Amino acid sequence: MTLELTLPTRKDEDFRYSDIEALRSVWPIVTEEIEVAADAEGALEIVETGAGAVARHVAITLGKGAKFDLRVLTAGPAYGRIAVDVKLGEDADFTLGAAQLATGSETLEVVTQVTHAGLNATSAQIIRTVLAGASVGTYLGRIAVERGADGTDAEQSVRAMLLERTATANARPELEIYADDVKAAHGCAVGELDAQGLFYLMSRGLTPPQAKRLMLQAFIAEAFTGAPGEETLSEAALARLEAIL
Amino acid sequence: MLEINNLQATVADKPILKGLSLTINAGEIHAIMGPNGAGKSTLGYTLGGRPGYEVTGGSATFNGQDLFELAPHERAAAGLFLGFQYPVEIPGVSFVQFLRESANAQRKSRGEAPLSGGEFLKLAREKAGLLRMDMDMLKRPVNVGFSGGEKKRAEMVQMGILDPKLAILDETDSGLDIDALRVCGEGINAIMRKSDKAVLLITHYQRLLDYVKPDFVHVLAAGRIVKSGGADLALRLEEEGYEAVVQETAA
Ligand SMILES: Nc1ncnc2c1ncn2[C@@H]1O[C@H](COP(=O)(O)OP(=O)(O)OP(=O)(O)O)[C@@H](O)[C@H]1O
Ligand SMILES: [Mg+2]
Repeated sequence: MTLELTLPTRKDEDFRYSDIEALRSVWPIVTEEIEVAADAEGALEIVETGAGAVARHVAITLGKGAKFDLRVLTAGPAYGRIAVDVKLGEDADFTLGAAQLATGSETLEVVTQVTHAGLNATSAQIIRTVLAGASVGTYLGRIAVERGADGTDAEQSVRAMLLERTATANARPELEIYADDVKAAHGCAVGELDAQGLFYLMSRGLTPPQAKRLMLQAFIAEAFTGAPGEETLSEAALARLEAIL
Repeated sequence: MLEINNLQATVADKPILKGLSLTINAGEIHAIMGPNGAGKSTLGYTLGGRPGYEVTGGSATFNGQDLFELAPHERAAAGLFLGFQYPVEIPGVSFVQFLRESANAQRKSRGEAPLSGGEFLKLAREKAGLLRMDMDMLKRPVNVGFSGGEKKRAEMVQMGILDPKLAILDETDSGLDIDALRVCGEGINAIMRKSDKAVLLITHYQRLLDYVKPDFVHVLAAGRIVKSGGADLALRLEEEGYEAVVQETAA
């Protein structure tokens, strides 16, 4: 049995917040390999809106000057894990926009490993998580900039919104930089809906769930801005939002 | 239309309104003036139902209904509109979407049919025009990047679209330039000066009252109405200041 086939435990860094019992039901995870040739473009939408446990692992290799647009919506599974490894060659460009919506005792996670292996590659990750009930939402995002990958620009914007105090958000961006002239902006915030904004909206006649839904729609939309399937992704997210609120 | 009786309210456990009484009838325009920190905005927020503003005594009856029994959105549906002293910015939510949903939420709770997209846009265009506001501004996120005066003008456009019975306008005049003040004043008259509507203007200056002539002027100080009069009271306050006018009452 290879190492990959052994069910991980929570001692594994990449699985420290996982629902191991649920993971067992979908183990082992088959890695989906994607290669984008030099100067080619690719895109993928991962939409998981079923109720069953799901775990996916996508490994993407971007050749020189290649571009890839990945969008993720996890909204429904009792356990949902989306792991993404990306290796960027020179001048490659990677975009990830991910939204996770959970309620009840659901556990959702996005785990990324973005490796800048060539000069002047750019990556941008936007992760938006909405958590109700006693759900758990996690983002683990490692960015590695290898020796010689000078001129790297790697962005991470990670925000989670807790609708109830009983929900838990974990966010851990990590950076390993072995190159020069690297830009690595990252923002990370866990918060609640702005009470002043909610009152403003309700003072015009919106019900509390409507006001929350409107603000959360805007929050999630940031993950889908500019996506080829922006509209359908937003609609699918909205359907789940309405169920959660 | 609105009857406030001996209202007491606290903010963060601090008593702010200390026995305020005021009656506003349909067809009337009232102005409230008073020193900074007197509790004017607190009155508006308390009537609007803002969380954190706790009613500790007294009552407010709005068209026969106990106002404090209603949630903020129910007060709006009942016909109450609060024009904010500091309108809130809501990133990512467009005015058009927000106002259409708001208008339809109110209509739904009154048992009226919702406005279609086209009907709403026509209404919004008409009210934006009334306030001389570029319709494109309503496609932008709510108040985000609006100047102080633009936010106030947008409040009046919202009032026009929502067509309330009673508008409480908290310092709508502050931040407006000279022309905008006139446009907003005329807008308030056009939208609200009707026999079945009423307005409570909270203001520091006479200038708005030049355009929107009040039937009654009240002075709010230390959480209570300490003096009431006609439109001339505002002129006297401007000339003599609160202290002189209020002291004369106490004497
Ligand atoms: N969150 C709060 N915690 C404590 N005190 C508060 C809070 N909010 C308001 N206050 C106090 O309540 C009092 C009344 O405030 P309010 O905003 O109602 O005054 P105002 O009459 O509208 O003043 P202005 O003319 O400056 O707008 C002030 O002393 C203010 O400091
Ligand atoms: Mg005030």
